[in-house]
Amino acid sequence: MTKPAENGMAEASASAILGQNAGPLSRAIGRLRGHSFAVANLLMAPTMLWLLLFLALPLGVILVYSFGGRGTYGDVIYGFSFDNYSRAFSPLWLPVILRSFGFAAIATLLTLAMGYPLAYFIAVYGGRRKNIYLILVMVPFWTSYLIRTYSWIVILRSQGVVNTLLQWANIIDQPLDLLNTPFSVILGLTYGFLPFMTLPLYASLEKLDKSLIEAAWDLGASRIWALLTVTIPLSIPGIIAGTLLVFIPAVGDFVTPDLLGGPDTLMIGNVIQQQFLAARDWAYGSALSFSLMAILLLGIFFYVRKVGTENLA
Amino acid sequence: MKKMDKELRVMALDGLAGPMTRRGFIKRAGAAGLLVGASGFIAACGGGETTTTAAAGGGTQELAKEIYFYNWSDYIAEDTIPNFQEEFGVKVVYDNYSSNDTLLAKLQSGATGYDIIVPTDYMITTMLGLDILQEIDLDNVPNVANLYQRFREAPFDPGNKYSIPWQWGTTGIGYNSAKVTDWVDSWDMLWNEAYSGKITMMSEIRDVFAVALFRLGYSPNTRDAAQIEEAKQMLIEQKSLLKHYTSDTYIDELASEDAWISHGWSGDVFQAQLENEAVMYSVPNEGSLTWVDSMCIPKDAPSKHTAEVFMNYIHRPEVAAGISNYVYYASPNEAAEEFISSEILEDPQIYPPQETMDKLVFLEELGEDTELYNTAYQELRAS
Repeated sequence: MTKPAENGMAEASASAILGQNAGPLSRAIGRLRGHSFAVANLLMAPTMLWLLLFLALPLGVILVYSFGGRGTYGDVIYGFSFDNYSRAFSPLWLPVILRSFGFAAIATLLTLAMGYPLAYFIAVYGGRRKNIYLILVMVPFWTSYLIRTYSWIVILRSQGVVNTLLQWANIIDQPLDLLNTPFSVILGLTYGFLPFMTLPLYASLEKLDKSLIEAAWDLGASRIWALLTVTIPLSIPGIIAGTLLVFIPAVGDFVTPDLLGGPDTLMIGNVIQQQFLAARDWAYGSALSFSLMAILLLGIFFYVRKVGTENLA
Repeated sequence: MKKMDKELRVMALDGLAGPMTRRGFIKRAGAAGLLVGASGFIAACGGGETTTTAAAGGGTQELAKEIYFYNWSDYIAEDTIPNFQEEFGVKVVYDNYSSNDTLLAKLQSGATGYDIIVPTDYMITTMLGLDILQEIDLDNVPNVANLYQRFREAPFDPGNKYSIPWQWGTTGIGYNSAKVTDWVDSWDMLWNEAYSGKITMMSEIRDVFAVALFRLGYSPNTRDAAQIEEAKQMLIEQKSLLKHYTSDTYIDELASEDAWISHGWSGDVFQAQLENEAVMYSVPNEGSLTWVDSMCIPKDAPSKHTAEVFMNYIHRPEVAAGISNYVYYASPNEAAEEFISSEILEDPQIYPPQETMDKLVFLEELGEDTELYNTAYQELRAS
């Protein structure tokens, strides 16, 4: 498993998390590897145990549920049938799935369009204030996502901040319908996930070797050309990590469409949530979750292969 | 029956002490953000030593040091729990949920340790079907004698074997009388094109369908697929007029005039009324739903006896009245009438007149036929 794409991914996310070059770490691991497997296993044990207990095991439970059925009172009846999967792939949900992917894709592009210049600015021009800028990017995380989404209601509603200002300035006479629209949902997703894009981009731009850009300039490349042919290709790992970190949770999000959405903004996350709560059909909800996961995994696989290999090979 | 979709929202609310109606939520949201971590419990003094009490009819039995009470958010008077703690020396650990679905999902996924929960009528049938409730020893709850007769023989639990009612109310429509000048007491108002974009519907599956079924003249508990299909078509027609489906934010939206006509629960609309005098509540002439939330004891409750003592305390007339005076829902306790403020007792929206009462129906658990509604609801939302 040494596809360049995967290395790129792993490194991008590792450096995103560590906020530094992963070089010394991999050297250290290399030394450990030379010394003893036992030490390496010991280091991995807590994470592995955690993942086993809180990721693999629950996923297994959901997989088992997904082949079952709904009991009279909403309990799970175990069994082995693909009914839930054929229901999950019914044409009924196609518009909902397309909408979920559409909203998430737009939000991802918007966060990329805003996050890239921001990350570039911090990495290149941040200077001594770099850490302050980074903290400012993360400040919204100090408040619950729910509270931040509620504040958008206050901003967007008909007697909200935006409409009041526009009316006061005589730009509009009737309040605009901003809330409970696709616009408000995409806005909420974009706002909520922006830091997930900015931070990996920063990590990748920060460690970029500036002398390569200078070399491009010296060799006659214009600023734009150098950006397009040197800077952006070298920051591909950050772009991959950022887009995945934004796109995947955005596709499955249910809080944002629930609070900011209208009657026509139902996303697949809402549908899954409804199965577990209102409809009390855990088996069907599990099958829907697994189907979504499968579609996403497949998508990611092709995405990383395509973008990753073309630019990193 | 005050629902909010997300548990998190409840957590945010729980962080705020003191009198709290949900309409204050947005304003206090900032404070909630800081307090979320420490939320969930009203940890008032109490506890410590074990107290004994003479249980009516049942000799002397030791009370537990604490009981765990899991109730709807904003559904109790300020002094209900502190007074109990002081008198009985039992600490009440108070925790909130947002919907019957959340409550059931928690119990089904093995959340244990609650002594008292407060599910709604039809959910009690569900829980009995799942065998997760235990029988109440009525010898410990002599105050059930204070209940109105109709709450002693409720169809979902005749004789109060498993449930002691907490509060009850109706489902109807909240509207802004200043904006909606041609009001009539009919579900038709939720289909009135003149108010397109200003109408909200609740998001509970059965409640949504009940509206269309009443409008069509059918029973909200129908098992007839053709009638449900007809109701679905009617609801699909309505979709383009809706602002959104919501079972909680409509309180704020009615108050702030973002919504003019909202399908909702009586007490929730009264909360909006406190903030905006133009907000009115109506039970449509075609008929509507009534519901009652009742205290139950889960099978694995650690302190059953103490829970029964607490239930008995709740149905002292002055305690039951105190809750109604605070939350604006009607009390199932007849003896409490003399302590309930006349403003509430004489309000036909809280205590409806007999002719309205005759048109009120309980939702029933339909077992396997629930699927008919689930499927239709999914088709409605995906359409």
